[in-house]
Amino acid sequence: MTTTNTTGAVVRDGAAPATPSFLQSSWLVAEREVRMKLRSKAFLISTGILMLFVLGGILIGGLVGGNEEATKVAVTADSASAVTGQEGLDVTEVATAKDAEALVRSGDVTAAILPDDSTPLGIVVVADSETPTGLLQQLSITPPVTLLDGDTQNPFLAYLVAIAFGVVFFASAMTFGSTIAQSVVEEKQTRVVEILMSAVPVRALLAGKVLGNSILAFGQIAMIAALAIIGLTITGQSELLSLLGAPVLWFVVFFVLGFVLLAALFAATGSMVSRVEDIGSTTTPVTMLVMIPYFLVIFFYDNPVVLGIMSYVPFSAPVGMPVRLFLGDAQWWEPLLSLVILAVTALGTIALGSKIYENSLLKLGGTVKWRDALTR
Amino acid sequence: MLTLTDVTKTYGSRRALDAVSFDVAPGRMTGFVGGNGAGKTTAMRIILGVLSSDSGDVTLDGRALTPESRRRFGYMPEERGLYPKMKIEEQLVYLARLHGFTASAAQKKAERLLERLGLGERRGDLVESLSLGNQQRAQIAASLVHEPDVLVLDEPFSGLDPMAVDTVVGVLSDYAASGIPVLFSSHQLDIVERLCDDLVIIAGGQIRANGPRDELRERHSSRRYELHVAGDAGWVRDVPGVTVVDFHGGDAVFEVDSDDTAQAVLRDAVARGPVVSYTRQRPSLAQIFKEVVA
Repeated sequence: MTTTNTTGAVVRDGAAPATPSFLQSSWLVAEREVRMKLRSKAFLISTGILMLFVLGGILIGGLVGGNEEATKVAVTADSASAVTGQEGLDVTEVATAKDAEALVRSGDVTAAILPDDSTPLGIVVVADSETPTGLLQQLSITPPVTLLDGDTQNPFLAYLVAIAFGVVFFASAMTFGSTIAQSVVEEKQTRVVEILMSAVPVRALLAGKVLGNSILAFGQIAMIAALAIIGLTITGQSELLSLLGAPVLWFVVFFVLGFVLLAALFAATGSMVSRVEDIGSTTTPVTMLVMIPYFLVIFFYDNPVVLGIMSYVPFSAPVGMPVRLFLGDAQWWEPLLSLVILAVTALGTIALGSKIYENSLLKLGGTVKWRDALTR
Repeated sequence: MLTLTDVTKTYGSRRALDAVSFDVAPGRMTGFVGGNGAGKTTAMRIILGVLSSDSGDVTLDGRALTPESRRRFGYMPEERGLYPKMKIEEQLVYLARLHGFTASAAQKKAERLLERLGLGERRGDLVESLSLGNQQRAQIAASLVHEPDVLVLDEPFSGLDPMAVDTVVGVLSDYAASGIPVLFSSHQLDIVERLCDDLVIIAGGQIRANGPRDELRERHSSRRYELHVAGDAGWVRDVPGVTVVDFHGGDAVFEVDSDDTAQAVLRDAVARGPVVSYTRQRPSLAQIFKEVVA
């Protein structure tokens, strides 16, 4: 009648520990999400590639944009006054016009600037076989220009910036959104969820997943932003930096809230299926929400009405508002208002998402119908 | 004491559990036996709260179960589940920490448990790289790592070789001996027979038999005796009230009409010569099972 095989081994020592709080539980779940993701080679490699792209873009921009090497010119004492005050010139003063021409021939300088009374400017530019266009522009006199709408950005630059925000948001939201959906389904598919549910409240499980993936996404975005700012500083593109700095910081803030919103939706829709292969069938609407702002910003980056609407709609605000800030279209209070709208929507979405999640998590087998997921 | 009272669950028109009531006493191993689809898993999932019942109560020491009290349960679900890409030890530490243990305490418990279950050398292996039998052991470890107050195990022995069964039986017995209720289901009736103190037999969602194992065997044993004598046992046929079932030289299996007849046979046998053995045949669990389920 008594149990056999009793070896007297210790099965427990001391009292049971206190039940961890909601936050502690969520944090443990989040910590596992982060740890497992950082262990994935695919994730590390793709992050590295993304970083390289950002860095590469900035370096190329730096090379093309400015920072040309100083043009080497030779002058004589008589023509030296023509280059005083000119930037970007590496001036060598020689004794005679012959010496100057010799330097041009040997290739030591690009051109020689020599006195010549027969020209209206009083100088002549002597070059080897090519006309030094850049130098000529520098030496020519242009009338001053007044722009009536002084704030307008270079349209090509504006396009690039808009696309950059769109791509970064799209790539990051898709990467971590699908990660979170997959991690939810994986737990359902491997049935580990039954054990987890006997250990932690369902809401803590969801909160932990959203938190963990948000930390990862935020980390990636912050690294990209830091890389962009450092890169622009090092390559001396301080002008662009002063224009981009504030929008980039706003972008990071908007991204965090926007991602939490999407993460809750990805987790909820992910929990409705039972197999990783079926994820697409319920997460597609959420994927659309991520893709729409990306395409809108590509096609309508120069349409103030579309951008204005985008900057207030919660799903596209993380892209729309920073672009408007960059273009200088937004008043100071606009990002704050949009942020409040986004935050309120995010809270509502989390409530809705956790309802779907709770209703769907233990329905193993098929795909949960929307009606069943939302009711009860 | 874990108590189920009139627990009922219906899926559509099918009644999976019909007023199921039984106790799981502390310090005892309770075997939960039933055919496929009899309702074992449904009952266990309701105990754990991963499934809700239509009516009825589940209480622990008289108190209704809450999510809080269920966190102190150890559960091994029918569908095995661990993270395939996590190391076993890491996984156990994670689960123990979710239950509130500090990182170092969780680590200690995981190590000790893996050692005990014979997985000490595999602690750093990914779950997906383990053989099915070892995955099963890891799964048992997962249900024990937080030192639960109640154990509910769905088919803990399926897929284990006889040595592993002995290891697991030893571990579970230790838990029961420490004074907690242990409920486990199994198809392997010989293991249940060997291991359990109490038995619950379910069929078609209804409890058919329920109680201490030996009591059940007593209740279901027929008046069938087995006699083994040195000489010939043919005389048994002529004792009044005896129906011989099987006879072979000095061995006889027979049924008696009363306890007095059984005693009379024994006295007779002793008078006639040396008696090697005389036993009342007790039905095996398999026999009882077939009888109550039929």
